[in-house]
Amino acid sequence: MPHVNFAAQVVQMLAGALLLISFAMLAERRSRRLLILLVWQGVVLVTSTVLVAASAHLTHLYYSAALTLLLKVCVLPLILFRLMRKLGIERDNEPLVNVPTLMLVGLCLVIFAFGLAQPVSALATTVLRKTLGIAIAVILLSFLMILARRKAFTQVIGFLSLENGLFFAATTTTYGMPMVVELGMALDLLVAVFIFGIFFFHIREQFDSLDLDQLESLKED
Amino acid sequence: MSAIAYVWQVGECLLAIALAPLFTGWVGQCRAWLQNRSAPPLWQPYRLLRKLFHKDAALATDASWLFRLAPYVVFSTMVVAAAIIPSVTTDLPLARVADAIALVGVFATGRVFISLAAMDIGAGFGSMGARREMMIGFLAEPALLMVLFSAFMTHGSTALPEMVEGLLSQPHIVLHPSLFFAGVAFVMVLLAENARLPVDNPSTHLELTMIHEAMILEYSARHLALLEWASWLKLFNYACIGFALFMPWGIALHGAGAGRLALAIAALLGKLVVAGAALALFETLSAKLRLFRAPEFLTMAFLFAVLGLLVYLLLGA
Amino acid sequence: MHVVSSLTTTTPLAGLLILVASWFLIGALGLIQPNRIGWVARTLFPLGALVALGIAGVGAMSLVPGFTAQSSVLALGLPNMPFHVRLDTLSGFFLVLLGSAGAGISIFAAGYFRQGEGTAPGLLCLQYHVFLASMALVVLADDAYLFMVAWETMALSSYFLVVTQHRIPEIRRAGFLYLLMAHVGALGILLSFGVLQGGSWQMTFDAMRAAHLTPAWASAAFVLALFGFGAKAGLVPLHVWLPEAHPAAPSPVSAMMSGLMLKVGVYGLLRVSLDLLHVGPWWWGLLTLGLGLGTALYGAIFAAVQTDMKRLLAYSSIENIGLIFAGIGLALLCRSFDMRLLAALALAAALIHAFNHAFFKSLLFLVTGSVMHATGERSLGKLGGLIRYMPWVAALALIGSLAIAGLPPLNGFVSEWLLLQAFLQTPRIPHAFLNMIVPLGAALVALTVALAGYVMVKFYGVIFLGQPREQGLENAHDASWLERVGLSWLALGCVLIGVFPQVALDVVSRITRQLVGTSVQRGPSPWWMTPITSSQTSYSGLWLWVGLLLVIGVTFVLVRRIYHGRVRRTPPWDCGYPWQTPRMQDSSEGFGQPIRHLFGPVFRMQRELPHPSDPKPTYRVQVQEHFWHQLYLPLGRLVQRTAERVTILQGGRLSTYLLYSFMTLILLLVWVL
Repeated sequence: MPHVNFAAQVVQMLAGALLLISFAMLAERRSRRLLILLVWQGVVLVTSTVLVAASAHLTHLYYSAALTLLLKVCVLPLILFRLMRKLGIERDNEPLVNVPTLMLVGLCLVIFAFGLAQPVSALATTVLRKTLGIAIAVILLSFLMILARRKAFTQVIGFLSLENGLFFAATTTTYGMPMVVELGMALDLLVAVFIFGIFFFHIREQFDSLDLDQLESLKED
Repeated sequence: MSAIAYVWQVGECLLAIALAPLFTGWVGQCRAWLQNRSAPPLWQPYRLLRKLFHKDAALATDASWLFRLAPYVVFSTMVVAAAIIPSVTTDLPLARVADAIALVGVFATGRVFISLAAMDIGAGFGSMGARREMMIGFLAEPALLMVLFSAFMTHGSTALPEMVEGLLSQPHIVLHPSLFFAGVAFVMVLLAENARLPVDNPSTHLELTMIHEAMILEYSARHLALLEWASWLKLFNYACIGFALFMPWGIALHGAGAGRLALAIAALLGKLVVAGAALALFETLSAKLRLFRAPEFLTMAFLFAVLGLLVYLLLGA
Repeated sequence: MHVVSSLTTTTPLAGLLILVASWFLIGALGLIQPNRIGWVARTLFPLGALVALGIAGVGAMSLVPGFTAQSSVLALGLPNMPFHVRLDTLSGFFLVLLGSAGAGISIFAAGYFRQGEGTAPGLLCLQYHVFLASMALVVLADDAYLFMVAWETMALSSYFLVVTQHRIPEIRRAGFLYLLMAHVGALGILLSFGVLQGGSWQMTFDAMRAAHLTPAWASAAFVLALFGFGAKAGLVPLHVWLPEAHPAAPSPVSAMMSGLMLKVGVYGLLRVSLDLLHVGPWWWGLLTLGLGLGTALYGAIFAAVQTDMKRLLAYSSIENIGLIFAGIGLALLCRSFDMRLLAALALAAALIHAFNHAFFKSLLFLVTGSVMHATGERSLGKLGGLIRYMPWVAALALIGSLAIAGLPPLNGFVSEWLLLQAFLQTPRIPHAFLNMIVPLGAALVALTVALAGYVMVKFYGVIFLGQPREQGLENAHDASWLERVGLSWLALGCVLIGVFPQVALDVVSRITRQLVGTSVQRGPSPWWMTPITSSQTSYSGLWLWVGLLLVIGVTFVLVRRIYHGRVRRTPPWDCGYPWQTPRMQDSSEGFGQPIRHLFGPVFRMQRELPHPSDPKPTYRVQVQEHFWHQLYLPLGRLVQRTAERVTILQGGRLSTYLLYSFMTLILLLVWVL
């Protein structure tokens, strides 16, 4: 079936784009552009989910695609944009030390993820099982991004990107998770972002900054 | 290998030499349009060449033979490279002389000669330019090599004509994520290697920011003409490598007739028009990086190229 | 010669032994009139060069098709342990390397050595030829005993050559460091041979080949050999003696050590890992490959920041050894996965690179010798503009610099190309992680080679181009004719291998067939190099030369036609700055600045920056290695402290010492009981 094949190829391309976006996020210094990259990640995710749904004729995947579109492309970014404006960190510039080193560490993680995925993807049966490695890589890279950042806001973006990676892994290896699980996760995410928002304000009230280095001063000597 | 192949070989080489200034002229014109300036005519580079070939040469008192030899060597490396790259047809008898890796080496030879010549006079800017050029060079080379690796993995050969034929002989379009990554990386390397924005500004004459211009500062007249021509050829060559690796459609295959070749030339022109406009757009949109941000830029290029390779291994194609 | 009693004198092996013996003889003849330069330098050294050519010629006989290995037992050595010698393709290849590059160095040395520089010329001649002969014997040895004897002779004779100017304390220190590292390495080799004999207590290599080692012992032998030969070849972190010893030695000796002796270390590792040991686990290859690539990059980075031209070349040697080891590592790796063709390709790359390095590195070291004789200066910061005063040396140095920078169409590119082609096949390695990690090695190779280009632009540009940075450089004279002949010979080698790479590949194929069981593809003709299949890849040095020269020629003629030919000589423009002094050029520190900036954490830097209000601002930067301060000095202190503990035994009283002897005797007797 050439058209399924073609859809699979497009999804592979999109998986590549996801990886590219993850690296771009790793190197991006501006909070605003970081958020835009997150939106793009969501868009790619939705597109790939729809394509998988179309090629595998699975209705429940359409629902989860719609859910993703609503939550990750519209609602969450909107909340975060508003938060950003309220906190006045739109033009924040985060100092990142030694981007080349960060990139090379990221590269090692990708190699690790790809190596890890090879035996697992051999077990899966979907057309797209090979992209599992990319999903794992996206998860690990998001983790690295959280580690490399010092601002609470950008760490939340990293967290969301991590969740995107998980979602992609689920879509490509097992054609998505059961609807209940997905709904639950979506709800969790939404709640999490609200709680983060509240925390931001508290942290800033306490320290006049969202720089997490400040938290070190809480340590008792 | 028939005699006609040799005719095409020479023809393609001459075509590259003739078209290279036009391509640069086109990029300059697009840049001017995009920046709301009145554009120079398309044949401005030819005028420049005519002017330079008729001026009296002013040669520094201490210039050695190396200084006078270098323009010829640099020009010659670029012409030989043009002879190897299949821009119009893959039926090139000389293309087997050097594969893609050797082509990188040929470019490096040109770079080393121009850097050495820049140091010959012993004026401050020349050696500064040489040092910077070599720095960009050693950062760009691994990235370019990794691009070629990705392409090699996908096409199964390092000989450029074989790559083109491999890609064109596939019955239906296959999307290669690996080539997508490699393509991004290649464009970044192209910008760095050809002294374009955001790594170097081709139109700068501000002493402290220039790289390429600093090296050819002491040259005048025919030598300068050759060097300028060589740098245009280099851009042209890089564009043609890009076409061969990532969008070879239109290139005439082995044993094609004259009509097919005319079509191939038309396709090349079309691609050049698009690529030139894209280059101008990109240059207009980006700001020049600080010199020590250039390593970051090239690390990104390297990274994308390696990701291309890894993705190829993962997806297995 | 009674030495070769068991041989008919017509075989190549016998010829080689006679030639090696005549090297010893030539050395001894130097003692007849040790202070007459006309006798020692103008007569004996050219004779030594002739012998070297002979060795290369006879060694080449082992590389013709249909040659079978010859071995023989000498009537020398200990009563029950005679010396065994053997000539096979591997040793033949290294003899060709030794002889052909050595001939160029000897001819140069004939014009180079002069009166009144440290050791008397006659003594120097003895040490020099003993050094050469011992290297040849190492390569010919077929048992651990002769191997170690020759190896130690090589180390000692080169030590004496390094400390030729023994009145300078720094040179004595460099010599001591060299001797120390040489012996630490020799210890590793000795232990490795001890493991290799596998309980048979037979020291011949044949016995070692036949020994069956458990995997653990085999690995131990391999690691010990890697350590020992790595120390000789300059593998990081055992490289510290190289940048000290090379600048200390006279230039022809530096050339021999860098061009030839390091290759003997490479030979040793090849002999042990590919010949004496059986196929090992893949981590041997990965370890060697990783160390090699690390060494290569490390050497290139440090070479770029050096300010002394011989130190720069020493670090560049480290870099090249790294590339050779990377090739060997790749060959071992592929051999353990039974990918024979790939192993052969990587090994061929390593061998050809070893050969190339012998030529261009010797050439450049000799060039520094000529420059030093002409100017008396070794520091890059005080040279410049010599292309105008030393045209011959400058032209030949240009060939060497371009070759070492790995630029086509010269020889350095050939081996680099082969190595990259080998890496290109590595994604096919059947191992989930290795197939992704190993190809990245190619990027490191490319980075290293491109950095080497940077280093060579610096080396050549600062010495030969620009304006003289000091007064008096205008009086520099070109090299003497003997020196020129030596330099030209080496430069010719660089060009020839660049033009006919396929010939070199064909020769090396015989060795790969012996060591890994297969060889790379033969090209359709000697003009084309197609190691894998002709559709996959091809390179032709000859046609590239033809193409480049043709285009240069045509362009030149055309430009002549168009251009009216008026040339005006003016002062340099330099953006219109009116005052230009030679001190405004990049110094060697300035040229290395981007590297110091980019690879900052690799260096241990001490900088003195001028204050804004200084009337006479000065800038000084000193770059050192972390290894020295974090590995060697603590190690040295540890040894010192242990030694202090041990000195407690040394009470100074005779009766105490007698007590020790007595106790030992009693203990031994008890043990025997």
